[in-house]
Amino acid sequence: MRWLLLKDLQILRRSPLVTALLVLYPIVIAVLIGFALSRGPSDPRVAFLNEIPAGEQFSLGGEGEFDKDAARARLCKRVDCVDVSSREEAARMVADGEVLAALIVPADLIDKLQSLTSLDPEQPTVEVLVNEDDPLKAQLVDDRVQALITEANLIVAQQISDQAAVYLDALIQGGTFEIPLIGDTIEILGLERSADLLEALRPAVSAQLRAQLDEVIRFAGLAQENLDVALPLLGAVAQPIEVDKQVVGGDAPSLDSFAIAVAATVTLMFVTVLLVAGALALEREEHAFARLTRNLISSTALLAEKIVLGITVSLVVTLVMLGGLELFVSLDWGRFPLFIPAIVAGGAGFAAFGAAIGGAAREVRASSLLAFMVSLPVAFLSLVPSGTVGGTVYDLIRIVTALFPFDAALRAFEGALEEGGPSLWAAIGHLAILVVAYFALARLALRRFAA
Amino acid sequence: MRASVLRPRRGAPLAFGIVAGDESVIEARAVAKRFGDFEALRGVSFAARGGELLAVIGPNGAGKTTLLSILAGNLRADGGEVSRPPGEIGWVPQQAGLYRRLTVEENLRLFAHLEHVEDPDATVGRMLELTGLRERRDDQVGVLSGGNQQRVNIAIGLITQPAVLLLDEPSAGLDPRQRERVWEFVNALAGAGTTVIFSTHNIQEAERYGRRMLVLADGEVLFDGSPAQLHGAAPESGHRDFEEAFVAFLRERGH
Repeated sequence: MRWLLLKDLQILRRSPLVTALLVLYPIVIAVLIGFALSRGPSDPRVAFLNEIPAGEQFSLGGEGEFDKDAARARLCKRVDCVDVSSREEAARMVADGEVLAALIVPADLIDKLQSLTSLDPEQPTVEVLVNEDDPLKAQLVDDRVQALITEANLIVAQQISDQAAVYLDALIQGGTFEIPLIGDTIEILGLERSADLLEALRPAVSAQLRAQLDEVIRFAGLAQENLDVALPLLGAVAQPIEVDKQVVGGDAPSLDSFAIAVAATVTLMFVTVLLVAGALALEREEHAFARLTRNLISSTALLAEKIVLGITVSLVVTLVMLGGLELFVSLDWGRFPLFIPAIVAGGAGFAAFGAAIGGAAREVRASSLLAFMVSLPVAFLSLVPSGTVGGTVYDLIRIVTALFPFDAALRAFEGALEEGGPSLWAAIGHLAILVVAYFALARLALRRFAA
Repeated sequence: MRASVLRPRRGAPLAFGIVAGDESVIEARAVAKRFGDFEALRGVSFAARGGELLAVIGPNGAGKTTLLSILAGNLRADGGEVSRPPGEIGWVPQQAGLYRRLTVEENLRLFAHLEHVEDPDATVGRMLELTGLRERRDDQVGVLSGGNQQRVNIAIGLITQPAVLLLDEPSAGLDPRQRERVWEFVNALAGAGTTVIFSTHNIQEAERYGRRMLVLADGEVLFDGSPAQLHGAAPESGHRDFEEAFVAFLRERGH
């Protein structure tokens, strides 16, 4: 087996394209994942045009002015607002794809907002320019713009709620009150003082009138109590729903660890499956298989040699990739002793899978094509999260993906990279079963060579 | 060698070849092989002695490769027996089982190690001498001509210094000059005492290089003897070249 392994490594060394791919692939994957992780998720860029005159203030009455800067900062918390000076500039940026959308706040927005508390309210409108040149982008724009407008509505709702609270307070407590928009000041008696005044009048009226007066006093008291309850209700209407998130299952590792595990598994899959399938198919393409298995080496030993080749190369390539990732993200190298069994087990799983493909294919190109055609859909299926498809479909996906090494290898890497990940040893057990199964399949496929 | 001329019965082969037990190094007795409903070999018997150059010829599907595969031990016969010499039988498949990205020397060394020969270096040196490829030992096999690739292919079959070398269509796909060089090489092996049994489609080549011929058709031996004897066994033999005589012989036998 040693001589065959050396032979395969020699052939690999003399195949510049394959060797270059084996070296470059993990580096490219490491750089791409590294950039993605080090930059973090970026907010979509939205052009922001404010046509409201600079000095104009927004108030729904009361003492407080609407803080436009604070409102803008809140709106721009989830998107990267790019200030523009004209509609034309906003439209051009959207058309050129520089920004995802443009939000235009018209000059009459404040007037219409202030009319909401008058007897003749007008619906305020903001303008949104979008470039829905593909369905995915259209969906993203809809979601982001909807979130933006919801945020704006929330700000206004809170302002209105605050002002309504002031009205109610004046109704209960009484005092001086400035009429919104008109600016006149009026004196309001208030329910509390009304009740006090009526109480003071009570001894001076006749018994017949006193009974009627008592009813008015009782109504003033009831109204005051009920309006007191209305104050917190108004606040609750303006408050957003609070989220109390509780994890009931799936002790998920961090997003970084998951991304690194996916990158390592994808690299391992392509390198190992293609290499082992190709190396085994090459024995047949070079017409060496019959000569080797005539009396030099058993087909079992030949398969074992290819799997050892796959594990050796996968170990080197995956460690190179993890080393490259270290430039961008900090890996917990204290868990390095766990990386090795994860890589070896994953490599063995993919190598046995590749051996089954190589045993079934008659030539290297066919084996490569077959490896791609089978591996890619399985990898995609393995990344489908629960809840995104129906229960039956998800169960079916879990059964299918359990038959291939990708899902188990991914879990092994997650478990090796982070303590909170899935069980490494359970994943290795799963991979061991798959190695035995695919080894048997590969042996079955190789019998075709002897016929 | 005791050449015995048997009087042919109807349907029985014309036999002028080695009689079993006469210093034969390899012998097949009533060998039969079936692939499903297809009978590839039906009671094939012959023997070959040391240094003999035996050509196995016949139309497509006659069972030539099947017979050689059974003699080599690659296939198991369904019936009959094969007596082989002690040690290895050299097997040279029709398509060179070589690694094109390895050099001539690396290919020889790999198979020397896999064959567990005592002194791989000496064996590789001997094979390079034998093939005349010492000057090209560092060339990758993929850049060699078809003839030189076939030499390396044959050399690998000879690594264990077998008493019998089996070659399946050794000159297939080669140009005339390359064929010539391969046959010179094979002739030299037989001259040195190796029993060489080869199959071929090329009747002129079989006549020219085969000292003895085994004609197979539909899995049966139709003839076992020298080219001249085969020519003589064909009807109107005096008016035909060897290939025409061979075709006439087959036609007379219903093939």
